Amino acid sequence: MKVRAQMSMLFHLDKCIGCHTCSVACKNLWTDRDGAEYMWWNNVETRPGTGYPTGWEDQDHYRGGWHRDAKGRLKLVLHSRGGGIAKAFYNPALPELEDYYDPFTFQYGNLFGAPAGQQQPTAIPISKITGRPVEISTGPNWDDDLGGSDIYAANDPSMDGVDDAVRAQMEEIERVVFNYLPRICNHCLNPACVAACPSGAIYKRSEDGVVLVNEDKCRGWRMCVSGCPYKKVYYNWDTGKSEKCILCFPRLETGQAPACAHSCVGRIRYMGVLLYDADRIASSASEPDDRVLDAQLDMILDPFDPKVITAAKLEGIDDGWLDAARRSPIYRFVKDWGMAFPLHPEYRTEAMMFYVPPLSPIMSTIEDSLVKLDLPEERRDFELLDELDKARLPLEYLANLFTVGDTEPIRVALRKMLAVRTYKRRQSVDGTIDATTIEMLAEAGLTEATAEAIYRMTTTPTMDDRFVLPPYHREMSIEAINDPLSAKGEAGFGYRREPKRGA
Amino acid sequence: MTSNDFLFGVVPYAVATLAVIVTIIRWRSAPFTVSSLSSQLLESRKLYWGTVPFHWGLSLILIGHLGALLVPRGFELWNGAPVRLYLLEMTGLALALWAAFGITMLFIRRHGDARIRRVSTPMDTIVLVIIGTQIVTGIWIAVGYRWGSYWGTGVFVPYVRSLFTFRPEPDYVAPLPIVLKLHVLSFFAFLAVFPFTRLVHIITLPLQYLFRPWQKVIANREPPSPGYVSNHRRIRQYRR
Repeated sequence: MKVRAQMSMLFHLDKCIGCHTCSVACKNLWTDRDGAEYMWWNNVETRPGTGYPTGWEDQDHYRGGWHRDAKGRLKLVLHSRGGGIAKAFYNPALPELEDYYDPFTFQYGNLFGAPAGQQQPTAIPISKITGRPVEISTGPNWDDDLGGSDIYAANDPSMDGVDDAVRAQMEEIERVVFNYLPRICNHCLNPACVAACPSGAIYKRSEDGVVLVNEDKCRGWRMCVSGCPYKKVYYNWDTGKSEKCILCFPRLETGQAPACAHSCVGRIRYMGVLLYDADRIASSASEPDDRVLDAQLDMILDPFDPKVITAAKLEGIDDGWLDAARRSPIYRFVKDWGMAFPLHPEYRTEAMMFYVPPLSPIMSTIEDSLVKLDLPEERRDFELLDELDKARLPLEYLANLFTVGDTEPIRVALRKMLAVRTYKRRQSVDGTIDATTIEMLAEAGLTEATAEAIYRMTTTPTMDDRFVLPPYHREMSIEAINDPLSAKGEAGFGYRREPKRGA
Repeated sequence: MTSNDFLFGVVPYAVATLAVIVTIIRWRSAPFTVSSLSSQLLESRKLYWGTVPFHWGLSLILIGHLGALLVPRGFELWNGAPVRLYLLEMTGLALALWAAFGITMLFIRRHGDARIRRVSTPMDTIVLVIIGTQIVTGIWIAVGYRWGSYWGTGVFVPYVRSLFTFRPEPDYVAPLPIVLKLHVLSFFAFLAVFPFTRLVHIITLPLQYLFRPWQKVIANREPPSPGYVSNHRRIRQYRR
């Protein structure tokens, strides 16, 4: 057992309101620069939809992630080692700018500087690359709230395998359904970007699992862009280097949550430490499709287990981190409660950002121009507890996103969320908890104490509950080569000259 | 010292020294500037028709040139039969024409595409002109002074060998036609601009990728091991 620590984020999709505050916080902090305007290290997608860049989940086209070959070996979808070098001159699987969008601004100067005339001056859109007028035809969030549109939703790869009846149900205009999917880099345990990089410029930090591009070693072969199945590595066209989400490590190291999580209006984001067994990465990533999710979750170790604690200490993980791991909200959601899943585990990169799937109202029918719930009268109080198949956002769709098409784990998670909801309503509205309610909790696999804990963590967590950040002790990691007190004054990102494009 | 002595006896050493020293300085002090500076993201279709013939054509021709320098005897033996000579020359010429097509496409793309112009520097044009000169003079030699792979081993290889053994004999080059001199001089120009331009990406060809492990994990602090030195002692060792 080789214990390593991972900083993980959890997205409670049931609480996401799709306000994009996270995206803007991230953009203002990190990617408001030439060459980076089109990068959205954090973005929020409307689902079903094609996301950003357009259709990123279509791996037949983009060739991201890993696959398990006929002999059960793990292979990059993108290339073999030799193939990677041969394609250095031209990478056929690289997304084009059109798959993202031509970054634009508006010619505001014209509003003030236009010569006197008969017409009001206008601020026409211009490209941030060429400075020429552009016809804006797509953008990072172009299909916002267009969940039912036949342009975007119909082209969502996760809709494959959703049967026609369910499709019709989703597409019917009165019943348009969508949810939001915020995405950042998944800081995977088996990152395909790291494996695809010919220069070896991308690496995973062992102390917190953040995946970073060493900009000094990056030579712009741009295989990482193609290799990442989540399309979360971007090529900076100005500097000729790849860039990606850094999980705000300078903030983490100073005890602050990443900007996207910190600014989250819906308070849907949680941060915490997970301990995992690094010896099992390769074997669990090569499990067959129906086992790959379980294998990934099995790698996450119990931070209360004395054997794990001993092994972690041998690897140099200190008590502060172990304590944070024991208080980790991610561990509770993922392991204790089984309510959160990684995005597309079938890509086999072992993504370490987790999602609590969203609840949705039950399907309704319209009869005599009255909206009628598709529920028997006597079950109304328990809503769709046993009727999850009638949820507007079909289980099959959520399963395609989070559980390799297996609806069972999704059903279990949603049932727990509903049970907690009903339990709390009984408690706060009716004022009593009867035997039926306790039985309902038990059927969903919960006790009263667990239901309370889930309720607390979901509805009224404080900043400290949501963000359990370990002490990084940067002063200790630098003191071997630097005087901590003088380094404190010099803290920065290590560039002694402006990161400008070379000739 | 005649101009021939200067151009073919002094200049090669000057540009080679420049190339090596400046490349090392740049590599160490400004590694951020070392990149292939790909613009595929901005424009992909024209690039395909330019970059693939350009890179593959030139790489294969370069290998041919190196072969002739390293094993001239092998080339002579190979060319012993006329059919094989024709085959070699035709392959070389075809590759050169392929590369010429590629560089033309690249030139058109660099100057005709608005997005590419945004990321272009004057150095990009200089590089294209220098390499273009090499390709054009190379094709000219192949067509105008036939069977270069045959006479080259006797006429030209001794000159290059004299350079590498630090006993330069520029007199070998003096009687050669002007096109051939241009071909050589443009290579010296190539070496001279090498460290100052995107050409440095040539030496970053990531052959280590064939052997490295797929995953790369870097520790800020090594975990304590039996031979673990405490941080305090490390500081003292470092200060000493």
